[in-house]
Amino acid sequence: MVTASRADLPGATPGPGPAGTIIETEALVPGLIHRMRFVAPAIARKRRAGQFILLRVDADGERIPLTIADADPNEGTLTIVWQVVGLTTSKLAQLRAGDRLLDVAGPLGLPTHIEPWGRVACVCGGIGTAPMYPIAQALRAAGNEVDTIIGARTKDLLILGGEMAQASDRVLFCTDDGSLGYHGFVSGLLDERIAAGERYGHVFAIGPVPMMKATVAVAKKHGIAATVSLNPVMVDGTGMCGGCRVTVNAETKFCCVDGPEFDGWGVDFDELQKRLASYREYERRALEAHDCRIGLGGR
Amino acid sequence: MPRVKIDRHSMAEQDAAVRVGNFQEVPFGYDAEQAMAEASRCLQCKTPTCMDGCPVEVDIRSFLLAVEAGKFADAIGIIKNTNGLPAICGRVCPQETQCEEQCLLGKKKRPVAIGNLERFLADWERGQNGSNGDAKSAPAARNGHRIAIVGSGPAGLTCAADLARMGYDVTIFEAFHKAGGVLIYGIPEFRLPKSIVQAEVDYVASMGVEFRYNHVIGKLDTVDELLEQGYSAVFVGTGAGLPYFMGLPGENAIGIYSANEYLTRSNLMRAYDFPNADTPVLRGDRVAVIGGGNVAMDAARTALRLGSREVSLVYRRSREEMPARNEEIHHAEQEGVRFEYLCAPTRFESDENGWARGMTCVRMQLGEPDDSGRRRPVVIEGSEFFLPADVIVVAIGNGPNPLIAQTTADIATTKRGTIRADKFGRTSKKGVYAGGDIVLGAATVILAMGAGKSAARAIDRDLRGIPDPVEDEPAATA
Repeated sequence: MVTASRADLPGATPGPGPAGTIIETEALVPGLIHRMRFVAPAIARKRRAGQFILLRVDADGERIPLTIADADPNEGTLTIVWQVVGLTTSKLAQLRAGDRLLDVAGPLGLPTHIEPWGRVACVCGGIGTAPMYPIAQALRAAGNEVDTIIGARTKDLLILGGEMAQASDRVLFCTDDGSLGYHGFVSGLLDERIAAGERYGHVFAIGPVPMMKATVAVAKKHGIAATVSLNPVMVDGTGMCGGCRVTVNAETKFCCVDGPEFDGWGVDFDELQKRLASYREYERRALEAHDCRIGLGGR
Repeated sequence: MPRVKIDRHSMAEQDAAVRVGNFQEVPFGYDAEQAMAEASRCLQCKTPTCMDGCPVEVDIRSFLLAVEAGKFADAIGIIKNTNGLPAICGRVCPQETQCEEQCLLGKKKRPVAIGNLERFLADWERGQNGSNGDAKSAPAARNGHRIAIVGSGPAGLTCAADLARMGYDVTIFEAFHKAGGVLIYGIPEFRLPKSIVQAEVDYVASMGVEFRYNHVIGKLDTVDELLEQGYSAVFVGTGAGLPYFMGLPGENAIGIYSANEYLTRSNLMRAYDFPNADTPVLRGDRVAVIGGGNVAMDAARTALRLGSREVSLVYRRSREEMPARNEEIHHAEQEGVRFEYLCAPTRFESDENGWARGMTCVRMQLGEPDDSGRRRPVVIEGSEFFLPADVIVVAIGNGPNPLIAQTTADIATTKRGTIRADKFGRTSKKGVYAGGDIVLGAATVILAMGAGKSAARAIDRDLRGIPDPVEDEPAATA
């Protein structure tokens, strides 16, 4: 019999509703950055730091990858955080508690490689703070001392400061406009701290591509290995389509099965940045067509 | 009229100029009269050879006799005794190198159109009752064993259907949100309508097979965990889902797709219906497809239907060596695909923003035969030329999906990454079987189905403690 069963397995803790059911939603930055918790017991039990899911909002929808920001295996729920950039992320932002995601597949990708490095810098830019949260937790659980640097354009766009404070030994904020914390980029603050004598055994950087590129450059300058989590265009997430290919140390890698985390020193960030623009024009058209259909035309 | 005097009946099809503007199926199929007339061409050989060419052992002579007599229900019943997916096989099987190649009539004239008749019967049955179900599919008494099938492509569906028929409780784990594997994501609507695949999937489901979607084995559960959960056996039919690229400079430019991605976007995610469906695919003005197999034809013909002005298919040997089915090449030619034979890219060119703008190619000539028995293409010095294209599809083949092998410690694989299996599908790991492209490398739908069938029997024998037959089964993993 065809069943609607998705992530629910025999023996899985019954969650509050079938897999995909949304428990709560929250706007971290209204209209821009959202957080959602939903039922996915099997994935919640299995996932490890650094892994992601692919989800589909509705029957016409795209499959989009989102890093798992948090999971509660007892409750059987996952948390995702996303920024509205196109049609799918905007549809996702319109969902409310009780609604149901159509498809959730995961956990995908390789878990974060963690070693006892001693002291580690977790450098996050914008929405990158969300995927960094489970990594910081895992780093700490492995005995590392975690310094987190969170950056945003301005203080209103800075997210998950409280959560990261819980998961880290020290949290430092940066804003481009100086409205909170260090006035400047996260890479600049990292550079200053290392120059001032802070010793990091490893650097993690997650955020917009230029931010990761700049942060890795700083780490490399000081001879510190750096791990980045990449977010290329992706369709299937199981190594089948090759859409998410990235160049790392002059080799082509599939981000979905070889990543999403890579040796930052070797990543071709410029190529990644270009490939991220692949569907920009289509995304604009999709949003316009969607607004037309739901009667918001003429803007 | 004596049987041998009747000419083979061709199927009427959409006019090429019309069909490049839609995704509807190309041939219209036979009507009842044509089907009976075509079946009447069968010589009813005492020792029919056609069956030798069928990996799933369809009793071809008997079903043709029934069609000739107009007993269509009997005929489809005969097919379904051994083949659960006739509407698919009737469309995408390479009959010309299988059953029809063995047809005695083919020695003097054109062989009986066995594939077209199989297709007719499956469509006739669906027209009768809206489904492909029939009484013969009624499952046997349950025997209490649970079997896990990984992947819902042709190998998995066939293995599942056969096991369900034998009384097993079968669960199929599928990574995508839709069942069918390559039948859904790979083969376009104009060659295999999705509604037909869905009807076959529904038929398998009607036998009590449970489908779990979005379930990536190797990630959510490993094969070992499935065994721990009480499955008596696991069949791995995860296919050849790892696209090969050429390793040429500039290959990661925007607009350079693997055929898998290009076809998955268009087929599974319905990018052809963008923006009604949300997933986009780049619709190039000039498209170049690299490769010479059925997948390359599918990609080139999809590009035409997506509105590309000029579609070139670049193949490094000549038409004679092309692995694609003749019918597909012919259809592509009719539709206006430009064939660049004896031509190979040497580097991809892109603009300063990373968008593909074409490729540098060289002309080839054929030298001595290589390991594959085909004449090796040799570069003609100084023959470089630029082929402009804003979308390029690399369709040079696929390797085995590595997820299962990576996450199952004690399963033996080959150097190529395929899973090692004996001719019955047994792997090196007890209780674990495999078949289809994950064992064969990229092969055909019908070979995958043969492997699924063979593995279903082996699973049944092993669970009941029955030895393998002395006679060889149709070699599925030769």
